[in-house]
Amino acid sequence: MGRLKTIGRRSFLIGSAAVLGGVAFGTFMAARPHDNPLMAGLGEGEAAFNPFVKLTSDGIALIVPHADIGQGVQSAQAVLIAEELDIDVEQATLSFGEPSAAYYNTAFAEEGVPFMSFDDGSVAETMRDVAGGVLKLIGIQGTGGSTSVPDQFEKLRTAGAVARETIKAAAAKRTGVSVADMKTAKGAVELPDGTSIAYTALAAEAAEIAPVTKVALRDPGAWAKVGKPMMRTDTLAKSTGTQAFGIDIALDGMVHASVRVNPRKGGQMLGYDATAAKTMRGVQAVVPITNGVAVVADNTWRAIQAVNAIEVEWAEAPYPAEMDAHWAEVGASFVPDRLDQEWRADGDVEAALSGADIIDVENRAPYVAHQPLEPLNATVLIKDDSVEVWTGHQMPRFVQQQVAAVVGVEAEQVKFHNQFSGGSFGHRLEFEHLKQTAEIAMTMPGVPVKMTYSREEDFLQDFTRQIAMSRAQGAVENGQVTALALDIASPSVLASQGGRMGQSLPGPDMQIVAGAWNMPYDIPDLRVRGYRVPELAPVSSWRSVGASHAGFFAENTLDELIRAAGADGMEERLRLVNHPVHRKVLETVAEMSNWGEDLGEGRGRGLALVESFGVPVAEVIDVTMTDRGIKIDTVYLAADVGKVIDPVNFENQVQGGVVWALGHAINSEITYSDGMAEQTNYHAAEGMRIYQTPEIIVKGLENAEKIRGIGEPPVPPAAAALASAIFDATGERLREMPFNKFMDFV
Amino acid sequence: MRLLVNGEDREVDVEDDMPLLWVLRDELGLKGTKYGCGIAQCGACTVQMDGVAVRSCQVPAATAEGADVVTIEGLGAPDALHAVQAAWVEHQVAQCGYCQSGQIMQAVSLLDTNPEPTDDDIDIVMGGNLCRCGTYPRIRAAVKTAATKLQEA
Repeated sequence: MGRLKTIGRRSFLIGSAAVLGGVAFGTFMAARPHDNPLMAGLGEGEAAFNPFVKLTSDGIALIVPHADIGQGVQSAQAVLIAEELDIDVEQATLSFGEPSAAYYNTAFAEEGVPFMSFDDGSVAETMRDVAGGVLKLIGIQGTGGSTSVPDQFEKLRTAGAVARETIKAAAAKRTGVSVADMKTAKGAVELPDGTSIAYTALAAEAAEIAPVTKVALRDPGAWAKVGKPMMRTDTLAKSTGTQAFGIDIALDGMVHASVRVNPRKGGQMLGYDATAAKTMRGVQAVVPITNGVAVVADNTWRAIQAVNAIEVEWAEAPYPAEMDAHWAEVGASFVPDRLDQEWRADGDVEAALSGADIIDVENRAPYVAHQPLEPLNATVLIKDDSVEVWTGHQMPRFVQQQVAAVVGVEAEQVKFHNQFSGGSFGHRLEFEHLKQTAEIAMTMPGVPVKMTYSREEDFLQDFTRQIAMSRAQGAVENGQVTALALDIASPSVLASQGGRMGQSLPGPDMQIVAGAWNMPYDIPDLRVRGYRVPELAPVSSWRSVGASHAGFFAENTLDELIRAAGADGMEERLRLVNHPVHRKVLETVAEMSNWGEDLGEGRGRGLALVESFGVPVAEVIDVTMTDRGIKIDTVYLAADVGKVIDPVNFENQVQGGVVWALGHAINSEITYSDGMAEQTNYHAAEGMRIYQTPEIIVKGLENAEKIRGIGEPPVPPAAAALASAIFDATGERLREMPFNKFMDFV
Repeated sequence: MRLLVNGEDREVDVEDDMPLLWVLRDELGLKGTKYGCGIAQCGACTVQMDGVAVRSCQVPAATAEGADVVTIEGLGAPDALHAVQAAWVEHQVAQCGYCQSGQIMQAVSLLDTNPEPTDDDIDIVMGGNLCRCGTYPRIRAAVKTAATKLQEA
């Protein structure tokens, strides 16, 4: 406890730890242990052994608090509890639960401390523990940063084991049989004489005894479910149109709304004329909101039609109106007073580069939109003494706080019903649509208001991925890479996100260089610096966050050096790689792709290795030059996550991550003109479609010490591996995404 | 206006130009059909009209009058899956699942007209259905499995 008090006094700085979830924190107050939110709702004869398992005579209820945004964590969480509880997942009802500090996520800390993922030295581990402790104290409940499995891996198995042992203790009390002589399976306690007592029949007695908290977790060799192929809990509903999403909410008396907010994001609305809109069929109200205007109608389409019929005058954007000015600001940021942090300084790169034959390259990554297929939406109902909110969101407790601040109530008065999300990719870390809906709902207390963005509004209001640029100098000698100085400049995505919540970022932003500063190579003279560009257009976490640009910069630059040295991409990386887990990932992908084979005329092969969120991922990509452009044939991918929970969903997530990365790398960007995004629907920014999708062959490795998540890590290496393959095939080096500005793709 | 949806005669009071998508979702409560883009770029709203896959966001209600409209709800149910839905379950295609109603309705239409599609056929016909999660490798596999099952049937 002494250590934690010290933290409080020193305004402990956790850098980017909490911020991956969407907000930066400065000073923390020590907090009391978090109450179990299930206790409040318990009836007579009902037991809640911890915040995750509730048992009644009617059934078993599991709380799986991490949001399911398509990555399948509802299933992953449920199976972790079920493994130790000895039930089939189908025997339980699952829910996201209500927002609670008890559902804190300490895994955000892993990515928030400036140590190599494989650094298990005492300083690194202490920092992780301390940062994790802070996250626990303040009860950060959030989904993101590929943290769900690492956060829940032990916690949920323990929750299952505690429940199981407590139920057994209740059975022992009833029957007089020793706990040691009991077995548990499929939601029942089995006694030596062959009788079986369902858990549910023991609920009332289990509720009477204190939970048995001294439990030993089973050895991985004894697992019946974890690590084996499973059927996701949502597959059937999602194959039959019966899975409800936030946009499908239907409540008695509900009205439908849509908004238009200044497309020059953050700019004000100067005035509007809704004369025509008010006469349109079904329109019930026109409501001015912060920086925009809403229409309330009896049908979503009528609301969208009417809000589009309003004539609005918008103020200027608080950032440069034209794209050239954005790039100019980024380019002007490689200066000492914008140095955010020097993250890596191995050897003496200045000395190594002076007098050497220098390779000097610049790489660029554009703004990119999130645009999950379910448009942002929210349903808000203002009541006398409370507020109810329905939508899919990654940060439940911040939903409460943000809505409470708009309505003028306490956060605890906001009841949040988290929903399945039709994708997120970081989009559902933001709060503007919730605040807008709350403003509308405040004008009609007692009436549930569902607000839906049109796709165009969603594009225009998207807080995109950050824009970024790298400048690098490197040297090669005797067929080897000897020196690399990599400077990366981008606006701080964490400061931009935090700023919208009134939080400042206390310290440097590791996301500017994520996936680059920690490159797992021993290059004799290696330096990586991050430069912070003053905020331009607002930006937000986009699948794989900083590594989506910095991983590309690092590997695309290294690949140029390797080829300049005349070395083989695989052999040189294997020579430089400095950790056995990462080495194995490279060796595995070499074997999978039969690296070194002759591909034949008009073809090319590229390789990249990036570690992000603690997961080393190596990708080999093969391309063919055709008369219609470049065809991406095959992607071979190896990733080490320590332990694969479900090989089926693992493969799906990895393939999806590759499709996400390649689709945006070749096809997509957001550009600004007149202060507004120029791309307003999928025809202009579509990512990847099925006809461009390569074959994607995946292998998950389990050599790493710690368990990790897989939502984001497949993304960063893909663009660099593709650029490498294209160079191999064509001799042309692409240094700026999207690649289709420079080359055709089939 | 009278519409025939999933074999049922339904009475709706809507403008002639309200897209079928919104009639289905907000007037008839059939939420399985999804809004994604509103301009026929994503395919999330795909339904069948007289046996042909259409983007319901582009079909005015008046045009749908008199047609036989089938939505994902009319195709099959969790306890009575259509062969294409069964293949989607077998391959665990869905991630977020938001596009999958449209993908399935498009795949049914593909297999109705082309019972043994090649990879190229699948890519061409399914090319209008966007999946932001990138489940395309599984969509290809599921379409082939469904094709085999339907051939055997």
